[in-house]
This record gives sequence, C-alpha cells and structure tokens, in this order.
Amino acid sequence: MSFISYLKDGISLGSIYAIIALGYTMVYGIAKMLNFAHGDVIMVGAFVILAAITKAGLSPLLSIILAVVLCTVLGITIEMVAYRPLRKASSNLAVLITAIGVSYLLQNVALLVFGADAKSFVTVINVPTLVLFDGQLTIKGITIVTIAACIIIMCGLTLFVNKTKPGHAMKAVSEDRDAAQLMGVNVNSTISLTFAIGSGLAAIAGLLLCSAYPTLTPYTGAMPGIKAFVAAVFGGIGSIPGAMIGGILLGVIEIFGKAYISSQVADAIVFAVLIIVLLVKPTGLFGKNVQEKV
Amino acid sequence: MAMLEIKDLEVFYGVIQAIKGISFKVNEGEVVALIGANGAGKTTILQTITGLLSPKKGNIIFEGQELTKIPAHKIVSLGMAHVPEGRRVFAQFTVYQNLLMGAYTRKDKNEIEASLAAVYKRFPRLEERKNQIAGTLSGGEQQMLAMGRALMSKPRIILMDEPSMGLSPILVNEIFDIIQSVSASGTTVLLVEQNAKKALSIADRAYVLETGKIVQEGKAEALLNDDSIKKAYLGE
Repeated sequence: MSFISYLKDGISLGSIYAIIALGYTMVYGIAKMLNFAHGDVIMVGAFVILAAITKAGLSPLLSIILAVVLCTVLGITIEMVAYRPLRKASSNLAVLITAIGVSYLLQNVALLVFGADAKSFVTVINVPTLVLFDGQLTIKGITIVTIAACIIIMCGLTLFVNKTKPGHAMKAVSEDRDAAQLMGVNVNSTISLTFAIGSGLAAIAGLLLCSAYPTLTPYTGAMPGIKAFVAAVFGGIGSIPGAMIGGILLGVIEIFGKAYISSQVADAIVFAVLIIVLLVKPTGLFGKNVQEKV
Repeated sequence: MAMLEIKDLEVFYGVIQAIKGISFKVNEGEVVALIGANGAGKTTILQTITGLLSPKKGNIIFEGQELTKIPAHKIVSLGMAHVPEGRRVFAQFTVYQNLLMGAYTRKDKNEIEASLAAVYKRFPRLEERKNQIAGTLSGGEQQMLAMGRALMSKPRIILMDEPSMGLSPILVNEIFDIIQSVSASGTTVLLVEQNAKKALSIADRAYVLETGKIVQEGKAEALLNDDSIKKAYLGE
C-alpha cells in the first residue's frame, strides 16, 4: 500500500508542478522567452492569500479571487514594463537576464514587506480526508483538490486554445508572429493574455503548494518554479499536454526518489532526469521537431 | 487618385539602408509588378507597406490613409492582404483553420462562409484537403493556401511576394493564371517577382528595382521589349 500512497503523493506534487509548468510553457510557446520570474509569482499569490485572510479578514474564496486577480495584473505588468521593451532586442539573452532580475526583485520586495522568517500558511481548503481499504490508504482533501484542479485547468486550457478565437490567435502567434500580424492578430495583446493566464494559474499553484506544504517564505516559489521549468522542458517546452505529463512525472519521480533512494538526493535526481531526457530526446517528450526552412 | 501611393520611402536594417528613397503608385484595378534581382529590396517594400517593418522616412498612403502610423495588425481590416514570401502558412493548423485565420478580423459568420465557398471554388484542391495539416501540403498547395487565406479577408488590394518561388513550371503557370483571375474579379494586385518574364506578361505596369532604388518603370509590355531589361532580367 505504501507504493500507492507514494504514487498518490507524487501525482499531487506533480499536479502543482504541472500547473506552474503550464505558465512557463505557454509563455515560451507564444512570447518565445523563459520567464524565470514565474516561480516568484507563485510566492506572491500565496502571500496575498495569507495576508488577505489573516490581516484583512477576508473569506478564503474572496482571498483566492483577490490573489488570482493581483497575480494576473502583476504578470501583465511585468511583461509590459520589463519584457516588451526588449522584444526587438538583438539578443534573446537580454530578456532572459531581465527575467532573472525580475525574479530577484519580487523576492526582495517580499522580503522587505513580509520579512525573512517563515510564515505558516493558513488552512484555506477544507475538504475531508478520504479513507479507503479499511484505513490502509488515506487521501487528504488537499490532494484530491490539487489533482482535480490540475485536471480542470488542463481541460479548460486545451478547450480555450483550440476552440476560441483568442486561443487560435495564441496558436498562430506561437507558430509565426509576422504571419499572425498579417491576419490581423494583435501580437502584444496576445502575449499579455498569455502572461495573464500563466500568472493567474501561478496564484492557484501558490495556494495548492502552500496548502500541501504550509510554510511560506519569500523564496518559496523559487525551487518549485525551477522544477516546473524542468517539467516543461521534460514534456517538451511549448506543449500544453507536455507540461502536464512532464509535471506529473517529475512529481512522481521526486517522491519515489525521496521514498526509495534518499530524501537528500531527491532534487538531484530530478535534475538528472532532465539531463537524461535532453540527451536522449532534446525536444522533450512532446516537443515538436522544429525544422528551419532555408 | 492612386489607390496605393508610396512616397520617398527609406528603410534601414540597422545601419544598412535597404530602400533608398522609392516612390511608386498602384491604381485601382491594376496589376503592378515590382521586379528585380535578389536583394533589390522587393520584399522589404512589401513588409514595410503592411507594417512588419517601419520606414525611417517616407509615406505610404492607402485610399487616403497614412499606413506608416497604423500598427501592422490593423492593416488587413483596411482591405489590404499580404501573401508573404515563402507562403508562411500556419504549418500545424489544418487547411480549413488556416483559411479561417485569414478571416480573423471579420465578424459576420455568413459572409465568412460565403468567402470560404468562393475560395474553395477557386482552389478545389484546398477543399479536397481541408482537414489536412498545412505543413504536409506540397509547395504549390501551400502557395494556393496562402493566397486563399489572404482572399479570406476580402481584400481590395492583395500584395503577393514571390508566389512562383520554388515551384515547377507547370505550377508557376497555374499560380499566374490564378493571379490573373483574382485581378479579373476586381482585386488590385501588387506583385513582387524574380521571374520577371512571367510577372511582366500578366502585369499592366512594372517598376524595376536595383539595390533599393527604382531604375526603370513603365508599361509591362514596353518593358518586355526593352533591350536592357531583356538582357538583365529576361535572359535573352
């Protein structure tokens, strides 16, 4: 039974990675950049929820909505202020370095506002624990909610991208920005929309992450952010199902690594997996083979 | 008044000047060809007209409106479509989805359906392959798709960049027949071509470009019989 229990924990953690990875992968697919500040938006979302509940006394639901809205606005603002002016820069490195800068900025502002000591996160999600097989397997409410949220988000995003006009615009921009403009697609607002969706999802990820692992510091988002990036590359960066599968596999590998090998090297195992995947299949599991036409 | 007028256009790539003060016009109903060798600046001109590049100097006036101040994505809805060099179809989309992207700025569903039917009538092969992924089409089919996609915006003027590039002689003829029929149905055409002979044979007027400047202009028929043009571009 412990195997199933670990598997369930892995899927739950992986679901959080998957939600974060969706933000990475969509922004990469459409804006062709790696937004390394994405992980820190998670931390901002979690702090907003914590502050809204403990300081402002808002209800959990209102706090979550507030966090999603604020993170969405934050994502759009980061893109407009920090990344958009560099879109026509001659080197992609400029925007990459800026993203790292934004990441540190968010961490340090949080440090200034909330302090360095770890806060314990409040219970936001109250779902009873599921007890199966006469108590041999228990599934916490938060685990059920996390996995359900991940599935809903995945289905919703897939429908959005394939069935709606803004979704088609996103796909078109991701394939050929100039051709999309010739069709009348506003590239700037499409990229803003992508950042909005990614950052809104980051707030949800922040909620789920801190509900499962209830300590919160200004650096809380950094490590999950990096791992979600690994998940996105693992699944094939730019691919929505890839981010999903990559995230869940990574979560399972991490928990199994902790359980069966060593909890100290679990993170190393995660990154080793990335290296192996990149060696064997450089485009990731679901990555497209980009053929440059001459 | 000309439908499209380009005045003293100058375009730079960094410090390199690609277009060195070009003026020309296209009247309603005409087929105007821009011919010239590789690197003469033909594609740069089209990309500047539809806003993918910004000029350093000059004016682009389309039906009385200054296009240089209008963002690229708003130009298609003014009635100007651009079939880019190398087709640039959305390779992961189906043929049908590509055509719908062409009508992205249009709202009326019935009118879009009517345009779709008209495109399928003009290009029966696109209808046969409507559910095929565009990236798997042949070069000629992709060119037809790029043209059909442009027609889906119901343009009054269509800019075509090297439509014959990389196609077999039979397909080149087919593509030029289609350009003529698009023109006959009332759409103005600005055609950029390296295949000068073909372009001059269907155009009303033409401009000859050399390294960013217009060196000759006139009626297409006259240019076809001009000795210097014959030598430099027609291989005679």
